[in-house]
Amino acid sequence: MEHALIPPAEIAILGIPGMVLALLISVVGIAAFGYIIARRLIPLAKGASDPRFDRFPTRIKNVLLYWLAQYKQPRYRLAGILHIVIFIGFLILAIRSISLVIIGIYPEFVFPGLDGTAGTIYGVLKDYAATAVLIACVIAGVRRGFFKPDRYKVPAKYGKEHTWEAIFVLGLIGGLMVFESLFEATAVAAQVQQGAGAELIAPLSLGWLFSVVLGQVPVPALQSMHAASYFLHDIVFFFFLCYLPFGKHFHVISSIFNVIFSKLDRGRIKPVQWGVSDEELDNLDAFGVRYLEDFTWKHMLDFYTCVDCGRCSDNCPANAVGRPLSPRFISIKARDEMFDRFPVLGEIKPREPLMGRVFEEDAIWSCTTCGACEEECPVMNEYIDKMVDLRRAMVEEGQVPQSLQKPLGALEKRGNPYGKTEKKRLEWTQSLPEEIQVRVAGSKDQPATLYFPDSATSFDERLQDIARSSATILHYCGEDFGILGKAERDSGHEVRRFGEEMLFQTLRDANTQAMDKSGAQRVVTSDPHAYNALTKDYENIPPAQHMSQYILEKIQSGAIKLRPMQEEASVVTYHDPCYMGRHNLLYDTPRRILDAIPGLTRVEMERSRDSSFCCGGGGLMLFYEPPEEEERMGQKRARMIAETGADLVVSCCPFCLTNLEDGIKTSGMEGKVRIMDLTELVARHLDWDQTESPEAAESTGSST
Amino acid sequence: MNILVCVKRVPDPAENEIEISSDGSDIEREDLVYSVNEWDNYAVEEAIQIREQHGGSVTVVSVGEEESEEVLRREMAMGADQGILVSDDAFEGSDGRGIATILKAVAESGDYDLILTGAQSDEGAAQIGGMLAAMLDQPYASLVNEIQVQGGTKLQVGREIEGGNQEVSEIELPCVLSIQSGINEPRYVGIRGIRKVSGVEIPEKEASDLGLSEDQVGQKAARVKRVDYFHPEMGEGAEILEGSTEEVAEKLVELLKSKGGMK
Repeated sequence: MEHALIPPAEIAILGIPGMVLALLISVVGIAAFGYIIARRLIPLAKGASDPRFDRFPTRIKNVLLYWLAQYKQPRYRLAGILHIVIFIGFLILAIRSISLVIIGIYPEFVFPGLDGTAGTIYGVLKDYAATAVLIACVIAGVRRGFFKPDRYKVPAKYGKEHTWEAIFVLGLIGGLMVFESLFEATAVAAQVQQGAGAELIAPLSLGWLFSVVLGQVPVPALQSMHAASYFLHDIVFFFFLCYLPFGKHFHVISSIFNVIFSKLDRGRIKPVQWGVSDEELDNLDAFGVRYLEDFTWKHMLDFYTCVDCGRCSDNCPANAVGRPLSPRFISIKARDEMFDRFPVLGEIKPREPLMGRVFEEDAIWSCTTCGACEEECPVMNEYIDKMVDLRRAMVEEGQVPQSLQKPLGALEKRGNPYGKTEKKRLEWTQSLPEEIQVRVAGSKDQPATLYFPDSATSFDERLQDIARSSATILHYCGEDFGILGKAERDSGHEVRRFGEEMLFQTLRDANTQAMDKSGAQRVVTSDPHAYNALTKDYENIPPAQHMSQYILEKIQSGAIKLRPMQEEASVVTYHDPCYMGRHNLLYDTPRRILDAIPGLTRVEMERSRDSSFCCGGGGLMLFYEPPEEEERMGQKRARMIAETGADLVVSCCPFCLTNLEDGIKTSGMEGKVRIMDLTELVARHLDWDQTESPEAAESTGSST
Repeated sequence: MNILVCVKRVPDPAENEIEISSDGSDIEREDLVYSVNEWDNYAVEEAIQIREQHGGSVTVVSVGEEESEEVLRREMAMGADQGILVSDDAFEGSDGRGIATILKAVAESGDYDLILTGAQSDEGAAQIGGMLAAMLDQPYASLVNEIQVQGGTKLQVGREIEGGNQEVSEIELPCVLSIQSGINEPRYVGIRGIRKVSGVEIPEKEASDLGLSEDQVGQKAARVKRVDYFHPEMGEGAEILEGSTEEVAEKLVELLKSKGGMK
C-alpha cells in the first residue's frame, strides 16, 4: 500500500535521518535496560540458595492461573478489573510496541504471522486494547489521586506517600496509548484526504477518534504529528522500560518469574538453610536472616516484585488490631534497602544488620503466621518463611521478647510451655466416664491409633474438654486408641515458627521416638497446629489426621450417627482456623460435619474460608505480649461473628476456642454468642442408641 | 573491667510443683527441673552489657554439685567469658556464711573490679552479697536496679525505694552489688548457644585449691541450721476458694463485690 505520509525512518530530524535516530534510541534504550537489570540481579546472586527448579507442570499451571488469568485480582473488585484490563491490554500491545520500534529502522517490517487477515484482526484488537487501557489508566489515576483508597496510605513511620509514583506511571502508560494511536490516526487521516484506501481503524477506538478529529488537518501538519508521535512513543517506551526496575512497577517484568518460582508447599517452613541437613546444622556459623544477603534469592525477588498494593496489610490481623506490623512495608522497606545497597549507578554499599534499621523486632514478633497476606498477594509473595528466618537470627542473638522466654524455657525443661510436670499430661482423662478408657501407649500397650492432644489441650482446663470429647468420639467409633501420656512433648509447631529451630528439633525427635515406641499405625489430633506439624514438619511417623477428617470419614461410613441439633442455637457459623484452612485447605471437611447434624442452620461470615481472620494465634503466640495493640484479634473476630446473627460459633482448634471465647467475653457478647469446638459439638450429638454405652452421652461435654 | 558474677542452680517454681518432703526438712527434689536463679541471670546480663560497653571480662562462678556446670554453660552461652565450678563434698551443709567464705576465696584467687550477685535465690535469705562484701572489706550496694560506669574507679548505682522512688548512689570500685530483677532484659539462650560452648572447659575447684579448711565451711562450720519447712496454717479470716478456675473467679468476684472492693 502506498504511504500517504513519509514513514519516520525516512524523514530527517535536525538533519539526522529518522532511521539513525530510531536506531540510536533503541540501542541506548536496550543497553540501558540490560545494564539496569544486570545491576538489579547482583543482590539475588549474592542471596542464599533456594531450590525452585522442580515440579514445572505445577509451576506452569500457576503462571497460567495467577499470572495470565490474574486469578487473585478480582478479590478486590474495581482495582482487580482495572488491573486485568491494563494487563491484557499490555499483552496485546506488546507486539504493536515492538513492531513500532522496529518500523523506525526497517519501515517495511511486519510482525511474523501478522500479515493479511491476522494482521487486520490484530489491528482492530489492539486499537480497542489501547482505548481500554487508556480509559482504565484514567479511572485508576482518578482513583489513586482523588479518591485515595485507605490501603494505599503510607503511615508516617514508613516514609512518604507513593501516590506520585503510581500516577506518573499511569501517565506513562496513557502516553504510550495516545502516541501509538496518534501515529496511526495521522496516517489514516492523510490517506483519507488523499483519497487513498485507508487502513482499517476500529470504530470508536482512540485511534479512530483521533483520525476523525484530524480529518481536516493539512497533510504537512499531519506529517509532523506522525513523526513526532512516533519518536515520542519510542522515547516513552524505552524510558518506561528502564524506569520499571526503579519502583513498584518492577512487577511488570518480574511478576511472571515470581509466580513461576513461587512456593508450592503450603504450611511448610523452609529449612534453616537449603541443602543443609539437620545433622549438619551445627556446622553453620549463623542461623536466619541478619543481613539482606541472608535472604534467599527468591525472597529478594519477592521484594522487587511487591506491587505496593496493600492487600496483604489490608488483610493482616496484626495490622488490623494496631500491632506494629504491616507486611506491605516488610517488602517495600526491604526493596528500598536492596535499591540503596545495590544502586544502579555507584558503588555497592557494605552490609549492615537489618534489625532496628530496616525492620523492627516487634513487627517481626507480631506475626501469627496466619497466612492471610500470602493468600491475598496477587504476585504470590511469601511472608511466613521470611518472618521465621528473621526470628531465627534474633533467637541466635538472644533478642527474644521477655514474655516468650519463660514458655521457651519451660518447653526446653518440661516439653510444654506452661512448665507443668510431665505426669500432668494425663490429668484430663480423669474426669472421663469409667467406660471410656484412655490407654497410655508405649512398648507394653500398643493401640493402633494414637490421639495426640498437644500441650494446650492437655493442660488448659477449658481446652481439656476437647481432649475428652475427642476420646469420647474415638470410643464411640470403637477405635483401638491411646495417648503417649508422659512421653508426649509439645509438637513444637510454634517453637519452629518462632525461630527456635533446635528446640523444635529436640521436641520433634522426642515425639518421633515415643510414637515409634508406641507402635501406633496412625495419629489423630484435635489441634490443627499439631496436625500441620505432624504432617509437614515431622518425618518417619505414622500418617496423621485431624479429628475433623476422622469424624467425616466415620459419618460417611455410617459409623457415626448424629442426633438432631441439641444446642439452643438458632444459627451456627463456622470460624476457619488458619492451620485448617489456608495452610491445609480443609475448608469443607468441618462444614460437612456441621451440615450432617440434622436441624443445624449454618451461615457464613464475610471473612471466611481463605480470607478467614486469625483469632490471635496459637502456641507461643498466646504468651506474647505485643507492645502496641488497640484490641485483641479475638475481639475483632467476635464482632464479625456477631454480625452474622449466629448465636453459636464452631471452630476446630484449641487456640481459636481460647481466643474467641476471650474475645466474646471481653467485648460484651457473653450470653449472646457461644463458642464450641467441633469435637465438643459432635460428642454431644453422638447417637448412643446405636451403640452399647449410653451413659457416656450424658457425661461428656458437660463443662461448656 | 573484670567482673565476677556468682550464680546458683535452683529449681524454678515456674517449671516445678514445689512440695515439702514428709520430714519437713526440705522440698521434694525428685522430678524437679533446675535452671539458673532468676536474679543471677539479670546480674550476668548486666555484667555482659558493662563489658560490651567498657571492655574487660565476665567470669561466672557457681558453688554446688557437678550439675551446676549446666548453669555455668548457659551463662557462658549468654556471653560470659569463663566459668568456674566450685564443688567439694566438704561444702555440703554450708550456711550463708560458709558460701560467702567460699566465694571470698574465689574472688581473691582472681583480679576482679566488680562482683555481682543476684539479690536473692531460692532460699530467699538475700544474704550472700552483703556477707561477701564484708569479708572482702569492700563497699556494697543491695537491690541494685541501675548501674552506670563513671570512669575506671566509680559506679553510679540506683535502687528503688518506697513508693517507687529511685535512689542513686555513688560507689567506689572494687565493690560488691546485689542485683534486683528487672534491671535489664536478659537475652535469650537457645539450645544452639549452649551447644556452641559445650566444648569449652570449665575449671573445677575444690576446697584445697582455694585454701579452705573444713572448719571454715560445710556443716561443721554452719552456725545457722534449717529446722523446719511448712505451709503456713490458715489463719482467721483466710479462705481458700476451691473449684475450677471459672468457679474460683466467679466466687472471687462475688466476694470482692460484697466487700465493696469492686462495683
